[in-house]
Amino acid sequence: MNAPVPLDTFDAAVLKDTRFTVPGMRCAGCIAKIERGLADLPGVVSARVNFSSKRVAVRHDTSLGEQALVEAIAAIGFEAQAVADNPLARDDKETRTLLRALAVAGFGMMNIMLLSVSVWSGAGGVTRDLFHWLSALIAIPVVAYAGRPFFASAAMALRHRRTNMDVPISIGVLLAVALSIYETATGGEHAYFDGAVMLLFFLLAGRALDATMRDKTRAGIGALLSRMGRSATVLDADGTSRTVSAQDLEPGMLMLVPAGEALAADGVVEEGASTLDNSMLTGESAAQGVAAGETVYAGAINLGNPLNVRVTAAASDTALAEIARLMDEAGQSRSQYVRIADRASRLYAPAVHSLALLAFIGWMLAGAGVYQSLVIAIAVLIITCPCAMGLAVPAAQVVASGALAKRGLLVKDGSALERLAEVDLALFDKTGTLTLGEPVPRLDHLSPDQAGVALALARNSRHPLSRGISGALERQGVVAAPVEHIREQGGRGVVGVLGGVEVALERPESETATLSTSLRIGDAGVIIAFADPVRSDAQEVVRVLAQDGIESRIVSGDRAASVEGVARDLDVAWQAQLLPDDKLALLEGLKSAGHRPLMIGDGINDGPALAAAHASIAPGSASDVSQQAADAVFLGKALMPVSLAVGVARRTMRIVRQNFAFAILYNVVALPIALAGMVTPLIAALAMSLSSLVVVGNSLRLARAAQ
Amino acid sequence: MSGLAFLIPIALGMGLLGLAGFFWAMRKGQFEDLDGAAQRILIDDEEEDEQ
Repeated sequence: MNAPVPLDTFDAAVLKDTRFTVPGMRCAGCIAKIERGLADLPGVVSARVNFSSKRVAVRHDTSLGEQALVEAIAAIGFEAQAVADNPLARDDKETRTLLRALAVAGFGMMNIMLLSVSVWSGAGGVTRDLFHWLSALIAIPVVAYAGRPFFASAAMALRHRRTNMDVPISIGVLLAVALSIYETATGGEHAYFDGAVMLLFFLLAGRALDATMRDKTRAGIGALLSRMGRSATVLDADGTSRTVSAQDLEPGMLMLVPAGEALAADGVVEEGASTLDNSMLTGESAAQGVAAGETVYAGAINLGNPLNVRVTAAASDTALAEIARLMDEAGQSRSQYVRIADRASRLYAPAVHSLALLAFIGWMLAGAGVYQSLVIAIAVLIITCPCAMGLAVPAAQVVASGALAKRGLLVKDGSALERLAEVDLALFDKTGTLTLGEPVPRLDHLSPDQAGVALALARNSRHPLSRGISGALERQGVVAAPVEHIREQGGRGVVGVLGGVEVALERPESETATLSTSLRIGDAGVIIAFADPVRSDAQEVVRVLAQDGIESRIVSGDRAASVEGVARDLDVAWQAQLLPDDKLALLEGLKSAGHRPLMIGDGINDGPALAAAHASIAPGSASDVSQQAADAVFLGKALMPVSLAVGVARRTMRIVRQNFAFAILYNVVALPIALAGMVTPLIAALAMSLSSLVVVGNSLRLARAAQ
Repeated sequence: MSGLAFLIPIALGMGLLGLAGFFWAMRKGQFEDLDGAAQRILIDDEEEDEQ
């Protein structure tokens, strides 16, 4: 109802759809502001926000470029980025298939139950036969449709000569349907159509929950990704420039890297001098000055002036790609992690099969006929079939991850929650993880006049230090001085004129240990120092983790001096100047010593460590690589989601174990009844729904776990 | 007994109708943005935006 009204003034032939990711959307007001703001823009036909995936789809005139739209969204107050396609391939097809199967199973279950209730309450003779036939008519297509996810997975397992949870489920359901058809055809007393379909319904509910959880997080993380340089502007020999995507760059090409952009390939500076931010690559927080002839690496961000860079290595040969390769290898061990549900089913499936077989043999030996023994064996399969087991894990994990998402932590999947619960050591990266990763200026010593000049100069520069200054001053409500002739000077800073006096915001004359800039008015200079402050709740997080028996350490690529200060404040052990390989080796060492380390990092240099750690978390401001490698991503300025994640993961595992204990208890009670041949369809239906409800109810207790 | 002859088809038909409705809603993308749908109710209609 709040959808913008499409205008008919544009010819459909020249319209184009572009999608933008806007990670900053938080509330209903944001939706309204973006949709209305964009719709008011000339050339925009309609804008529609998808709040769950933090995206805006804009239908616009082709004359309106992507850049213009990004700027328009920025003017509304949101950072946006055009997305060509979802960087995490959108495969919610599985969820859709499961939801459809769930709906069909639900439909079948309700209608068959309707008929079954009449049979249970005493319908006999022709009516009962009619109802059984009707049930068969509904159940056969429903099972054929809704059972496919299980049949396909079971067939796959059997083809590889393995067994999984889906094998007993498939056999149980198929045998129950076959037996019921036989019963119906021969006018028998019991038909198990209701049991078979109900079993499918509850199991599908568990699977659908699991898949929805993964999709939701994937959408959330996908919105944060792809903010880094994926393409470059290449200068051809004849002086023309064109945009080339990172994969298509070749050694020998000349890249033009404007200020504020990330390098898309390794290369040598051919022209220009600037400063590069290597913090994503190395963890080093101080910017590095580069001049012609120096080697620069993909992933570094150009802070100063435009650079011409001759590409020496591109795509899979860059230092960045080498880190990606390390990450792939490091991730191998994690993919071998066996989830608790699979561990349970490895024991469970053979046990159920042997029990059913034993029941059949036992009753045959006891003198019951083949038919009677088969009925009992199938009853054993149905009643022990893991309704509660199938829901025990996903129900708890979905509720927990929903609670965590409300507090700003996106957990990628259930396996991540299980591994988070097991960690015993927390390794923090420094820059961007323990600290905010953005320089904050100290401005208290500036006079109002100086502040006004600083603001006037700073807001005309894209340099991160300038942006830090202008942001801080604007928040203080400082009014800019009327500085004229403002221009950015290559490698020096921003210069302007105020009342005939030259004013400048420039690099300080003497190199200082900390990041700083100098504000000069005429001949008088004043130094503005920058600090990268530690997140305000870091100390609290370390304390909470310690309470849970988890020791915290800092592992950083930054210089020892700056790491030591932070470590002293937090009172934790530290290691500095670590290369990506060093961090990886450190983690492998800890793992072989029996530790289960939790890695928290943001830089590309943390990627391999994040992939190798038993569990890992990255901040929302982290590089794409890190967010993809991490198990969970937290948003916002607080570090608290980290300790919260561990706490909630542990509570979730407690609930999961309770659920399993209940499911086993249920089987212990139900099994003798089934073995004794006393399971009627009514008992099977009651037992299944009751056990499932108890498990779901128990899991719902986690909804308030993150508060 | 004769009542069943039309009651059961009616019951089944209504169930099928619901099922078809769900399939339709899914294909039309009604479940694409559940969080957004929850938020949109809070947006005030502006004068020029009223429909």
